[in-house]
Amino acid sequence: MSPVSGSNMQQAAPVQPGLAELFVSFVKVALSGFGGALPWARRMIVEQKKWMTAQEFNEAFALAQFLPGPNVVNFSVVFGARFGGVPGAAAAFFGLMLPPLAIVVVLAALYARYGDLSALGRILSGVTCAAVGLLIAVVAKMAMPLFTKKLDWAPLIAIVAFIGVAILRWPLPYVFLGLAPVSIALAFLRS
Amino acid sequence: MHGGVLATMAAYFASLSLFAVGGATAAIPDMQRFIVDVMHWMTAKQFTDAFAIAQMSPGPNVIIVALIGYHVAGVAGASVAAASMIGPSCVLAFVVTRVWDRFKEARWRVAVQNGLVPLSLGLIAASAFVIARTTDHNIAAAAVTAVTAVVAYTTRLNPLWLFAAGGIAGFAGLV
Repeated sequence: MSPVSGSNMQQAAPVQPGLAELFVSFVKVALSGFGGALPWARRMIVEQKKWMTAQEFNEAFALAQFLPGPNVVNFSVVFGARFGGVPGAAAAFFGLMLPPLAIVVVLAALYARYGDLSALGRILSGVTCAAVGLLIAVVAKMAMPLFTKKLDWAPLIAIVAFIGVAILRWPLPYVFLGLAPVSIALAFLRS
Repeated sequence: MHGGVLATMAAYFASLSLFAVGGATAAIPDMQRFIVDVMHWMTAKQFTDAFAIAQMSPGPNVIIVALIGYHVAGVAGASVAAASMIGPSCVLAFVVTRVWDRFKEARWRVAVQNGLVPLSLGLIAASAFVIARTTDHNIAAAAVTAVTAVVAYTTRLNPLWLFAAGGIAGFAGLV
């Protein structure tokens, strides 16, 4: 496959993906992404295709992680833009999003038709209980480094965000705009 | 009427997009508040069902907004919801990636990264809490949640097995 669009940015990466290849690669990431697409993206980009070094991958992913929105979706944009500007970002993004969206629309149509079946309702309740358990595990894994690193104000911010959103049911934008500046300022002062 | 619903949904998800630090999961409590409590577009059970389906589906969890959109206004609703929730954050990602490398060593860049982590942690914990409040209403359901949490924390088992176990417990009428 020849490179479709020439890169307009200087890149040290040894291999340059073309647009079609970007699209197909992110389709694969999307469809193998049960329980987090990140390990698949890393395997493909760093180990198989050698489009990025492990270091470059980590830096691009760190950026995708702190931006608002889903990590892996942001990553597709950051990655695609690096190799092909707007068309590259679009190719990676649509590769990542279109197959899952098509699947989920089919599932939504099935749910609209059969959602009232009591057996289906019971199964989904059970799956929801398990999904909540997974979220708790994610929270526990995220919380650990906060207590070991010197981010002593961090648990307080997390608790206030939790109470605001879960207990007081304040809208997310208010909680974000109230807490993010405080948290970032504290992080800046302690750095 | 239909156009009004689509416009309301587009405005809502677009306003949420740039505040969802930690991904769509962080925005679940706000979605439940707006979709179930304010607009009454879905029941609490339908909302948690959408959450469960999105977790089981391949791809990023943000596709829950397509399930919500479909429920409200069919395929047009799914498209509008997905585009409004994902569009603004993607444009931001594109713009930021263009200038980011210039600030590689900046002290404020590290502060922004470190400052947002506890916020998304609190939001994801809130997400677990509001979903659990709808779904974990007996001892067996709470047990499924607790066992899944321990297994997911201590092993690298594929989550699909945990969903399957939860689904079987549900089918058996335990939860």
